[in-house]
Amino acid sequence: MSLFIWGLIIIFAGGLASLISGRRSGLACVFGALGAVAGSIAAVIPAFKVLLHGITESFRLNWSIPFGSFFVQVDPLSAVFLIPILGLSAIAAIYGVGYLWAYRGKKNLGVAWFFYDLLLLGMVLVVAAKNGILFLLAWELMSLAPFFLIIFDDEKEKARDAGWTYLVATHIGMVFLLIFFLILGGQNGSMDFDKIGVIDGLTASFLFVLAIVGFGTKAGFMPLHVWLPEAHPAAPSHASAVMSGVMIKIGIYGLIRAMTFLGHPPIWWAWILIGIGASSGVVGVLFALAQHDLKRLLAYHSVENIGIITLGLGIGVLGISTGSPTLAVFGFGGCFFHIINHAIFKGLLFLGAGAVLHGSGTLAIDHLGGLIKRMPWTAVTFLTGAIAISGLPPLNGFASEFLIYLGVFKDGMSHGLVNIIPVLGVIGGLALIGGLAAACFTKAFGIVFLGQPRSKHSQQAHEVNFAMLLPMVTLAILCVLMGVFSPFIIRVFRAAISNVTLLPQEVVQGQLNAGSSILSNVVIVSVLLVALICGLALLRKWLLSGRSVEQIETWGCGYACPTARMQYTASSFAQPLVALFRLFLQTNSRDLPPKGIFPDRAFLKTDTADTSSKYLYQPLFKWIGFMLSKLQWIQHGRLQLYVLYIALTLLMLLIWKAL
Amino acid sequence: MHIEKIINPLLTLVLAPLLFGIIYRTKAVFAGRTGQPLLQSYYDIWKLFCKGAVYSKTTSWIFRLGPIVGFAVVVAAATLMPLGGLPAIVAFDGDFILFAYLFGLMRFFTVLPALDTGSSFEGMGASREVMFSALAEPAFLVGLAAISKQTHSLSLTGMLAGPDTALWSQIGPALLLVAFSVFIVFLAENSRMPVDDPNTHLELTMIHEVMVLDNSGPDLGFITYAATIKMWLLGTVLVGILVPHNGNVWIDISTAVGAIFMLAMLVGVVESSMARLKLLHVPQFLLIANALSILALILVLR
Repeated sequence: MSLFIWGLIIIFAGGLASLISGRRSGLACVFGALGAVAGSIAAVIPAFKVLLHGITESFRLNWSIPFGSFFVQVDPLSAVFLIPILGLSAIAAIYGVGYLWAYRGKKNLGVAWFFYDLLLLGMVLVVAAKNGILFLLAWELMSLAPFFLIIFDDEKEKARDAGWTYLVATHIGMVFLLIFFLILGGQNGSMDFDKIGVIDGLTASFLFVLAIVGFGTKAGFMPLHVWLPEAHPAAPSHASAVMSGVMIKIGIYGLIRAMTFLGHPPIWWAWILIGIGASSGVVGVLFALAQHDLKRLLAYHSVENIGIITLGLGIGVLGISTGSPTLAVFGFGGCFFHIINHAIFKGLLFLGAGAVLHGSGTLAIDHLGGLIKRMPWTAVTFLTGAIAISGLPPLNGFASEFLIYLGVFKDGMSHGLVNIIPVLGVIGGLALIGGLAAACFTKAFGIVFLGQPRSKHSQQAHEVNFAMLLPMVTLAILCVLMGVFSPFIIRVFRAAISNVTLLPQEVVQGQLNAGSSILSNVVIVSVLLVALICGLALLRKWLLSGRSVEQIETWGCGYACPTARMQYTASSFAQPLVALFRLFLQTNSRDLPPKGIFPDRAFLKTDTADTSSKYLYQPLFKWIGFMLSKLQWIQHGRLQLYVLYIALTLLMLLIWKAL
Repeated sequence: MHIEKIINPLLTLVLAPLLFGIIYRTKAVFAGRTGQPLLQSYYDIWKLFCKGAVYSKTTSWIFRLGPIVGFAVVVAAATLMPLGGLPAIVAFDGDFILFAYLFGLMRFFTVLPALDTGSSFEGMGASREVMFSALAEPAFLVGLAAISKQTHSLSLTGMLAGPDTALWSQIGPALLLVAFSVFIVFLAENSRMPVDDPNTHLELTMIHEVMVLDNSGPDLGFITYAATIKMWLLGTVLVGILVPHNGNVWIDISTAVGAIFMLAMLVGVVESSMARLKLLHVPQFLLIANALSILALILVLR
């Protein structure tokens, strides 16, 4: 355990040292990244130990804060989340050195690194905290630090707006968590997680709803996701990777942890989770399809993947609720596995998007094209991430989605018609999400990296430096390895699943072994597939040797001088799907169609604003603003009266106490 | 491994191109023409494998990878597919999910090479392909879920073991609904009428054909061959749902193969008697498939 505490100290010290280095960019980068990497390595070792050997370690210091204690513990559930958090943050930190180097001298990099390390520290503490007060403090740390990363480009109005949206959203979520923990602590008289007894009945259901809203805001459940597509694109790419890859997953962690206090779940909790999962998944990917900005597109895909994770969670809860070990183990197994997989490929994709911005200077998909020839390494790694996130075999994204499917097919259909909703939600939902995700990522990869450059930006693009390439290549290799070794990897979730589902370890082990032997068949077919691809490549080489192989223009019905602007764009590629789902998307479009035989001027502008932001939050906040403006007379700026307010409040509190 | 397991993929590889021949011959009979030889697809594929290649200057290695991935996928998928009474080479719980997702991978690597050429025609085809397949996928998997529930099996080998009379009397309607839904998916996935017209000569109206406009030589050979095998495999699913087994392996295989040929004739009849749908109406057509699958699932879960 001391190694874990040392890890935390190293991370904090690294951040502090880089803050002191300030505008000396070199020093700031070295300290900041070194703190994150060294601290992560130190802290990840205990996490691996817990998962592999099942030894839970804890560390407890008493605190003077009422109900508070510095009680940190790495148990199997924490370890499942700690590994991706520490792993991705360390890898992204190395990338950050290469990425932020372009800003040296222009920005105070010390501050950026300080908050990056604080974010990491906050995430690790939230996952390890075993006391309600410590949990909330760590949560606040984790929530505040990204704000300063989001407004990194604070000269841009968009970044400041995004930071503001994020700050409001995260604190609305915080309010619900505060109430959640107050009730929880009030019921038990202690905030230490090991002393919290199981709560049942109506209170449990009320707490569940609070947890869904509070943690769901962080996770990005539809329609609580509105901050996500604003905040993630604004931050520097290594920070976006961490936020999208692991920070939002802590919302899922919180939800799972909260449910361990709430006793046996009624079946409707599972239905709610599956409903949230399916709607977040489908609507998330639809919005992603309609985006024109690469990082915004990726941010919406995080909503989609949180949906898939929640589907797994819902199946797991359905399993606990109906007493089906198969559903419980496969659901939670798929959920945990997808959490780690998504951290890898979403991290990879955000780093890739950062590389595109770095190499070409723009993220507007319709201005890019042909980058595969100018940025070959970025292209290969981005393609790997794109295949993985579309859930296609043989990579890791398929393995985890497969587990969730398998749970439903194995035991989801044996409980009568009442299960039609979860079965349809998961099977139909996952299939539709998979198809749409493939559509979205053929668009993202195809338009950005293939074809001809659509603008000067992409014409003059260049490959990024080694410090940025190395993390991307590492993550791409991990996508492959996590797919190939999936039969072994899912076994390490045994203790965590057993803790959450309260099933005996042997039962969980038995189910996981079944899943693992099925996955090894998938791996066999995948290996066969790769071998076939290699064999066929050789065969074609042999067939073509000695024959004429020519290079000519692309076929354009005989037209020999097409320009790059005649190519299909991302908008035109996605248009049929966007039009089909216009009910959800409400895309705005303004156009001036070409007229006459020699048209001189024409344009088309489409813009898909977030519907829940537009129709739900904006009116709501306008109303709140209007109502609050009626109270403005209290706030007149006279200091004497303010002091009077304080005195009166104190007096009232004293009277209340005396009563 | 038993030697007879090899028969199944061998039959697939050898007989699949015949399906195109049967479709064209059926259409020719309807139109009162003599039509091309039944074995024309074999000649075409052979001819393509004997040719050199022409590549567009715009393309990258993605364009060269695509046809190979497509062909590797159909061969890998063939190992998962039972035929008649013969089990698949690899059979495990949930193999049909892998089967469906393998075709997803194939689609991914058909669409990307199309975008790699930078041609707006191919972009158009790619855009339509991803849209229609995204709508076809849920219908296929939900339909198979219904079959899986009713046959108490999670593997294609068990699910497509052929319905017996008891099963027919129990859930005949559900079986028919799924079969119809899978037939729609079969038409859409294989780019046949009324979704796509493989014989059209106008690039603007094509879907699958337009995506491979720039492929030539062995690459086009791989694509054509893979398309026939894909049709064979999806046809096998349909036949496996509907055609009962006798118990004798040889009779079962011959009935299954015969049924697949009948299916090809049916495609020919559909293509001769129907016009292609307007592209805007194709999603509605695919939604019918989804509705049928969901209905079937409700019937079997009841």
